[in-house]
Amino acid sequence: MMHSRVVGPQEILLPIRPAFIAATLAVALLLNLLPWSGWGLWLRPDFVALVVLYWCIDQPRKIGFTSAWLLGLLMDVADGSFFGQHALAYSILAYAGIVLHRRVQRFAVTPQVLHVIPLLIMNDVIVLMIRLLAGADFPGFQYFLGSFVGGALWPVLSVLLKLPQRPRVDPDHV
Amino acid sequence: MEHAPPPFFKTGPTPLARLLIFATLSLALLVADARFRYLELLRQIAAVVVYPLQRIAAAPADIARRAGEFFVTHGALREENARLHQEQLAHALVLQQHKALEAENAQMRALLGARERIASKVTLAEVLYTARDPFSHKIIIDRGRQHDVRGGQPVIDEIGVVGQVTRAYPWLSEITLITDKDQLVPVLNVRNGLRAVLAGTGDATALELRFVPLNADFQNGDRLVTSGLDGVYPPGLPVAEISNVQRDASYPFARISCRPLAGVNRSTQVLVVNVERNLPERPVEPDERPARGKRTRRAG
Repeated sequence: MMHSRVVGPQEILLPIRPAFIAATLAVALLLNLLPWSGWGLWLRPDFVALVVLYWCIDQPRKIGFTSAWLLGLLMDVADGSFFGQHALAYSILAYAGIVLHRRVQRFAVTPQVLHVIPLLIMNDVIVLMIRLLAGADFPGFQYFLGSFVGGALWPVLSVLLKLPQRPRVDPDHV
Repeated sequence: MEHAPPPFFKTGPTPLARLLIFATLSLALLVADARFRYLELLRQIAAVVVYPLQRIAAAPADIARRAGEFFVTHGALREENARLHQEQLAHALVLQQHKALEAENAQMRALLGARERIASKVTLAEVLYTARDPFSHKIIIDRGRQHDVRGGQPVIDEIGVVGQVTRAYPWLSEITLITDKDQLVPVLNVRNGLRAVLAGTGDATALELRFVPLNADFQNGDRLVTSGLDGVYPPGLPVAEISNVQRDASYPFARISCRPLAGVNRSTQVLVVNVERNLPERPVEPDERPARGKRTRRAG
């Protein structure tokens, strides 16, 4: 299958329900809180960052800095890290998503991944910088693996999160 | 006068302005938390919000473990039973001796008029998950302030010291493992009683003894126990075993690496030790302020 650079005829989607956005964010938080260990911990993408980025690109009017920032605070508490490090990273990520959303939306899903991976890495770099400034050691380059896994999950995510927006096909309608 | 857009197009501040607001807020939080530790209350509130999610997320692993425990074969149980019997016999002698020694010790302490050793209470806790922070070694356990867990309490498993409670939330607590970078434990060499400070390196299998002179008598295989000097860890808990001693005359201190004894990143159940410290009251400091003469001249 060829991926056209520009999306072809667009289907008309149903309006998104804010409750659905909130539910996906809660699920992402849950996935982040799963007891990962060993290599799973390194490969684990930051699901919250991924979903926040998705909604910022897809529905920049429906989600904003406030929710990104609050989710960041919750992540900081759950991780026992400094207050504000994820909050800062997610705010900047939300900004990048909102500013770039017109550009990214013009691409098909696969080229979108090439936008998403650098943004996720930027998210990691912000957290890394804060930790290095606070006196931690560099944990090694496997720290960035999660962002690539996140990028690989992007196409799956964009199908899954669009599902409730697709109009239901009426079987009686000819 | 500038032409204002119709209210239909009003979307509030621009993204850049919002970013600046939230970034400033985050940086303020970071500084307030990292430098001044002002935000413990806010952290407690957020911890309550995130608590149900933490429990739900930890549930699948818990269920899997319990299911695994249920499907144990008869043979495995018998084997374990036999092994435990043997261990019990082996320990019985030691235990009896220990009791005799304890009684003798109590008597002697009473004779000496020394204060009784601290009776400590323990709380059994399950490890919920490892904190997903690649920069630090922390675990989260399912006991908190409601179960009398307080910040600063030592945490042990059946072998030795695991770490220390760094933050206690209402129903959970966060434990910094002894392998965390710069986590310090004052220790004592069992063989000769030499004292030193054991520090984590950030590596899960290595600890190091800091500031030990080159000629100090530390050898491979020496066991280190807590010295109790800090008033945090009760004395005599096993902590680590020396695995490698390097003496290089070009450095002022010996490089001594150790291996943690307890299952620091393996144990699923830990004990939080509630040390009741009855320290003597702080002596009243004599008023040392130099008597100020009437040197303050009044203006006028």
